[in-house]
Amino acid sequence: MFRTLTLSAVAAFGLATAGLAAGGAGHVEDFDFSFEGPFGTYDQNQLQRGLQIYTEVCAACHGLKIVPIRALAEEGGPELPEDQVRAYAENFEVFDPELDDFRTAVPSDHFPESGLENAPDLSLMAKARAGFHGPYGLGINQFFKGIGGPEYIASLLTEYTGEEKEEAGVVLYENKAFPGGWIAMAPPLYGEDVEFADGHENDLHHLAEDVSAFLMWTAEPKMMARKQAGFVGVVFLTLLSVLLYLTNKRLWAPVKGKEQG
Amino acid sequence: MAGIPHDHYEPKSGGEKWLHSRLPIVGLMYDTLMIPTPKNLNWMWIWGIVLTFVLVLQIVTGIVLVMHYTPHVDHAFSSVEHIMRNVNGGYMLRYLHSNGASLFFVAVYAHIFRGLYYGSYKAPREITWIIGMLIYLLMMGTAFMGYVLPWGQMSFWGATVITGLFGAIPFIGDALQTWLLGGPAVDNATLNRFFSLHYLLPFVIAGLVIVHIWAFHTTGNNNPTGVEVRRTSKEEAEKDTLPFWPYFVIKDLFALAVILAVFFAVVGFMPNYLGHPDNYIEANALATPAHIVPEWYFLPFYAILRAFTDEVWVVQIASFVTGGIIDAKFFGVMAMFGAIAVMALAPWLDTSSVRSGRYRPMFKWWFALLVADFFVLMWVGAMPAEEPFNTISLIASAYWFAYFLVILPLLGVIEKPAPQPATIEEDFNAHYPKSSEAAADGYSQAPAE
Repeated sequence: MFRTLTLSAVAAFGLATAGLAAGGAGHVEDFDFSFEGPFGTYDQNQLQRGLQIYTEVCAACHGLKIVPIRALAEEGGPELPEDQVRAYAENFEVFDPELDDFRTAVPSDHFPESGLENAPDLSLMAKARAGFHGPYGLGINQFFKGIGGPEYIASLLTEYTGEEKEEAGVVLYENKAFPGGWIAMAPPLYGEDVEFADGHENDLHHLAEDVSAFLMWTAEPKMMARKQAGFVGVVFLTLLSVLLYLTNKRLWAPVKGKEQG
Repeated sequence: MAGIPHDHYEPKSGGEKWLHSRLPIVGLMYDTLMIPTPKNLNWMWIWGIVLTFVLVLQIVTGIVLVMHYTPHVDHAFSSVEHIMRNVNGGYMLRYLHSNGASLFFVAVYAHIFRGLYYGSYKAPREITWIIGMLIYLLMMGTAFMGYVLPWGQMSFWGATVITGLFGAIPFIGDALQTWLLGGPAVDNATLNRFFSLHYLLPFVIAGLVIVHIWAFHTTGNNNPTGVEVRRTSKEEAEKDTLPFWPYFVIKDLFALAVILAVFFAVVGFMPNYLGHPDNYIEANALATPAHIVPEWYFLPFYAILRAFTDEVWVVQIASFVTGGIIDAKFFGVMAMFGAIAVMALAPWLDTSSVRSGRYRPMFKWWFALLVADFFVLMWVGAMPAEEPFNTISLIASAYWFAYFLVILPLLGVIEKPAPQPATIEEDFNAHYPKSSEAAADGYSQAPAE
């Protein structure tokens, strides 16, 4: 009976939702990131490129106040060598309440906050935005494609149309990925904004993808460890299920009048 | 304890007798674990164990999370990120806890609908049902307050909207809301009291769970036939039942392991699927999110809350009759709590003499519609408050009330039930025919090795 009910519930669900229009958010392209899916991992080189793009472009206005600089050396991230992390930290000045003055940052300090008042902090941006919705509020797209935070960021960076308009003294730029279509941020990347030491491609599409991957890591630095723990959990619980299934079958066999195995 | 006749614990050694005459704790454990359980229970009877497990999981992960969490508006959000980044295994603890809430509600809804279908709420199990409803209410309160603790945008605005419901109560609403919040708006005082209560209520739930189990151990479990276990003699009772240990413990543990495998897949591979991206933005009293949506497990009742707008004639009549004291907002609040209240009153609204839905040909379809209705409400609760969703939620809300207030009382009168088996044993044997009666006999006569 419950199986019938579940099926009819699903069917009723489908009928009830057919023919309703989805809401009009911005257009988000489905980028193919290395960290998607149950076994997806971060691409260490991509994270390092993303860090470079963040540092040379984004950091001018945005901050990563939740992320400690030392995390750059941690497992499952860009995994920079310790000395490089220390050298990287020296790029920043932080306010030290004990000294009551600014000093050069060390790896245990966090990335600076946003320098521009209207620029949001990017630490968790890849988890605080959604790229995929529906259909009809059912969450099926999110199930198969992911919630789409990094795709949203990458789309936002690539979907400027070049149109501008001024509203109440603020210049707005047309962007097909941004909800509402007009964003206050000027196009931050045009392609070839950053030169990579290894000569990796630096067209707009690649840059957007790399920096989005980096921001996914800042939002979810323990993703790889988490997936691994989840996988181990699933494997052992499946094994346990099989053993308990066999135990249960054996236990009930005499009661159900079946041959004992 | 009254109930099904069965063997009780007999202390044997001197030490056991010494303890038993002072504290019969072993006897209590023995009687609880060896309770005669209807042997025809199906897979819908596994949710109790799942719920017990999740309660323990939530308490254990919660206690460790508290060691690293800071209940202050300036630090709550960053302390959660501290857990996610710096605490050993903290990301796992937090994702287990947040998704554990979802598993808790999946299990409790399955458990409740099982009870509604098989008539588990009917005499003599009304107290079990009522205690269960209290547990469910406390679970909702606990989950709601827990969702406020990370102090994200949805935490803050969810708290603002939900506590605003109390503000809709005529005359005392404003004062009550201020008292609940500890101030004029959601702020540090609110966060602190929610934190305190979020820690307290799970232990109240644990206490009620014991009472819940005590109550149905007194009446005995219901079962898919709704036919009671024969109690005239121990021999007859034993034909209808099997001891909880090992038969149902192993069966339930198997089901639990399967469910946990799925749960770990969710926690490991898509821990934010059931959450809301806006909660990764720190609470900001000056920026209202475009859509304030509660967690999925509140959506059916949130849909009922929003369904009763000014345009609904019931609301207009209520407003006219009371001279405007009952407005649309207060009507919605009453409807939301009423939706749970009618469910709690099911034992007295259902007039049928037949307990299990299996033998109620008309009830089956109305019940199926109720399950579908529940999913429709859940879906429409997440949609923006505009047409056609308003109409859908109104129809779906109306059916929810009609099911309990009209259909359940009427069906008992007009429905002609199908024949029920005389005993649980008969039902069980019909399911598992002794295909090899002779072979089984031959087996039992074979010399033991």
